[in-house]
Amino acid sequence: MADPMKIRATMAGDKVEVKVLMAHEMETGQRKDSSGKVIPAWFIQNVTATCNGKTVLSAEWGPAVSKNPFLAFRFKGGKPGDKVVISWVDNHGDKRTDEATIS
Amino acid sequence: MNSSRRRVLRGTGGLAVLGLAVAAGLLKPGLARAADWNKAAFETKSFKDVVKALGGSEPVPSGDIVIESPDIAENGAVVPFTITSKLANTQSIALLIEKNPNILAAEFDIPEGTDPWVNTRVKMGQTSPVIALVKAGGKYYYAAKEVKVTLGGCGG
Repeated sequence: MADPMKIRATMAGDKVEVKVLMAHEMETGQRKDSSGKVIPAWFIQNVTATCNGKTVLSAEWGPAVSKNPFLAFRFKGGKPGDKVVISWVDNHGDKRTDEATIS
Repeated sequence: MNSSRRRVLRGTGGLAVLGLAVAAGLLKPGLARAADWNKAAFETKSFKDVVKALGGSEPVPSGDIVIESPDIAENGAVVPFTITSKLANTQSIALLIEKNPNILAAEFDIPEGTDPWVNTRVKMGQTSPVIALVKAGGKYYYAAKEVKVTLGGCGG
């Protein structure tokens, strides 16, 4: 199981600004190890963010997203105390879901 | 159509092969959409093919899309990008790095109520034009910008 995400959700005016830092290798499948073998691709493919049951952002990623991906976005309709839930799935089928409370 | 293609060429540079790739007709837009992850879009190597794989055609350049990033990225492994779309009804934002092995880096679906604004970090193999592709009101628009990379982020 992957390490937890760091999620920060804060009010910015009437919007909620969410910043997420995920822990993932995001291996591209282009690199080779010291013996010359290609390191297989391993990366997050889908990211979904919900708040109060509503999807506020969904993303599809390729291996070009940086290691330990960072993502920030803003949405309307959240208030302090609400929870923002973020989950990802990688190309191995590994999953991780974490949540943060809007402050 | 011809003039818009010219703009594509001028705007992003070095896309001379795209006509060939389109003519090859390898992609079947729509089919891949059913999957959670749009494999076809992420495996294509040209701007036009990505647009096709996402189900669009004939993207038009737009001044309402803003790409914020460093002009020169010292470390290609982590290049921060902020993309803002001022187009009404923005539905999705995609980030394309033209000279990466696979051109599409990330695609974000923007539901109603979410700002057409995303901030993320991607890898760049080398100096390359970067394209932000925005779907708004069912149509595709784009903006491009060149980002110089001193140290590539894709090699081993």
